Amino acid sequence: MQSINVYIVKRLGQFFLVVFIGINIVFFVTHATPIDPVEYSIAAAASFGSTSPEAINMLRESLTELYGLQGGIWDQYLTFWKRIAVADFGPSVSAFPTPVSTLIGRAVPWTIGLLLTAIVISWVLGNLLGGLAGYYRESRILKAAGVIAMGLHPIPYYIVAFVLLIVFGYLWPVMPLGGGYQRNLAPGFNLAFVASVAKHSFLPALSLVLVGLGSWFMGMRALVSNIVTEDYVTYAELAGVERNRILTSYVMRNALVPQITGLAMSLGAIFNGAIITEQVFGYPGVGTLLVSAVHAGDYSLVLGITTISIIGVSAAVLIIDLLYPLLDPRMKAG
Amino acid sequence: MLSILRDLLRYNREFAAGAVLLAIVVALAAMSAFAPMPPEDVYVVPPDVPPSWAYPMGTTSRGQDVFWQLAFAIRNTLLFGFIVAILSRILSLVIGLVSGYLGGIVDRVLMSINDTFIVMPLFPILVMFYFVMKDRMSWAALALVMAGLGWAYDARLIRSIAMSLRTRQFTEQSVFSGMSTSQIVTQDHLPYVMPIVFSTTMNNINWSIGLEVTLSVLGFTNINTPTIGVMIYWANQHTAMTAGVWWWIFFPVALVIMTFIGLFLLAVSMNEYIDPRSRLSRMRGTRT
Repeated sequence: MQSINVYIVKRLGQFFLVVFIGINIVFFVTHATPIDPVEYSIAAAASFGSTSPEAINMLRESLTELYGLQGGIWDQYLTFWKRIAVADFGPSVSAFPTPVSTLIGRAVPWTIGLLLTAIVISWVLGNLLGGLAGYYRESRILKAAGVIAMGLHPIPYYIVAFVLLIVFGYLWPVMPLGGGYQRNLAPGFNLAFVASVAKHSFLPALSLVLVGLGSWFMGMRALVSNIVTEDYVTYAELAGVERNRILTSYVMRNALVPQITGLAMSLGAIFNGAIITEQVFGYPGVGTLLVSAVHAGDYSLVLGITTISIIGVSAAVLIIDLLYPLLDPRMKAG
Repeated sequence: MLSILRDLLRYNREFAAGAVLLAIVVALAAMSAFAPMPPEDVYVVPPDVPPSWAYPMGTTSRGQDVFWQLAFAIRNTLLFGFIVAILSRILSLVIGLVSGYLGGIVDRVLMSINDTFIVMPLFPILVMFYFVMKDRMSWAALALVMAGLGWAYDARLIRSIAMSLRTRQFTEQSVFSGMSTSQIVTQDHLPYVMPIVFSTTMNNINWSIGLEVTLSVLGFTNINTPTIGVMIYWANQHTAMTAGVWWWIFFPVALVIMTFIGLFLLAVSMNEYIDPRSRLSRMRGTRT
């Protein structure tokens, strides 16, 4: 049990380090620039029209405090952390006076839903196909699958999503062009709404899966073709264990462990992909919110989304890291 | 060196395919030197002309020749990827080699920072950079920022090689003959990691071009410097797809996909060249 405690403490430490460095980058970027974000945001807010002088003053105070622009640099730094600790990013400028945290809270479930679906499908499918391709090296179908997965893998999320949108949205319009669900449906837990959500998230999820598949496929294939040469696999083969059983319980079971680590390490990149994809399809998640916040000049919203993204992704990595000992019994034995 | 290249071209299909794809892309980029008009000029040719003999890739709604525009765009995009890759290679080499060679507390500290940058979602941070910098965010500034964020994954790879090199006998001999740490790292260990550095360079160029295209398409870079992403951005601004000006979208997208696959194939085949085990299986495969 000793070693597992050390492991948990280490992972927790890494989590706090990521959050700490990430927030510091955010602080540095927002404070080392020559632009005065307060006046900039107020100008942006005023251009929306209906803002009263009181509201502007309130906004100026709130923004000055939020951006930590009162007092010395050290005071600014502390206020910055305090606001983040209670997840209070102040009111959104483009959707005044809705708090930023409400806007993000509304978008987060969409992003998590899309990400979870895409990650589970691409990870399971990629590992399964990769394992089969590594074990049955002569299969032509699996080789062809490998070529396709490898060919799609280096193309960035944006381009894949964009091409899918053009093909299935314009050239062969079978899929909706964007949005999260059909406009005239009221959100609720009924068949029509769920079906609509599924239809609208099909293309975004597909583009994430297509790009993600390749790396799991290649990783698993390489791992499996290494493990197959191990003595215990040869022994199992000689002992007459069924080939499929060897593949699942002897070979892939062992190869899964580094693939879990791989998932934790690439989560940040997958998250980037998801928010890019969302924007292409106008999916109502964090990515679309971020891009519209930049276009609207909504400083607090951009700041809020960046901070939440850093904390969210590192928390997800922490969860995977903590689940890891369950899959790798060696961790428990120490 | 040249004979290695020749062998790779002859025996490694992935390398040959990647090299051909990249050669086409680079040739197009080189053509930009012969362009009849500067890339920033608009309305120099009739707008919205479909591909023809006079305009092989058609013209844009802004009155630009897609072919020449594309030549400039791919030149800038490649150059961008290359600069980011070179800068971040330096960072990852230094951190990877030092961390792997010294080990202990230095290694632990550097790797904690390293893992932090691996996990960090970079896209929102890049967007934030643009948001505060706005038009001051030049092409070069973006390259610097991305190099500063994109070294981590490969530093870990280089570290793992340096760690195994440290236990080799020649390292001990160098230590006993009085070479300093920096000498051992640069003279003994650097040559061993160079092949892997070349292969990660390709992947890193891919990564940085991908992000650059994404940011540009959203309009989050300097939209007056033509790059592939900026071209798609302008095409989107003029709703090229719904207007039926498909060539404005098709050619940049096709070219950038060619670039990605070409670079990726080079990286994969170089990895295979580095790993003797897979080379062996390939040789066996050709013999039987």
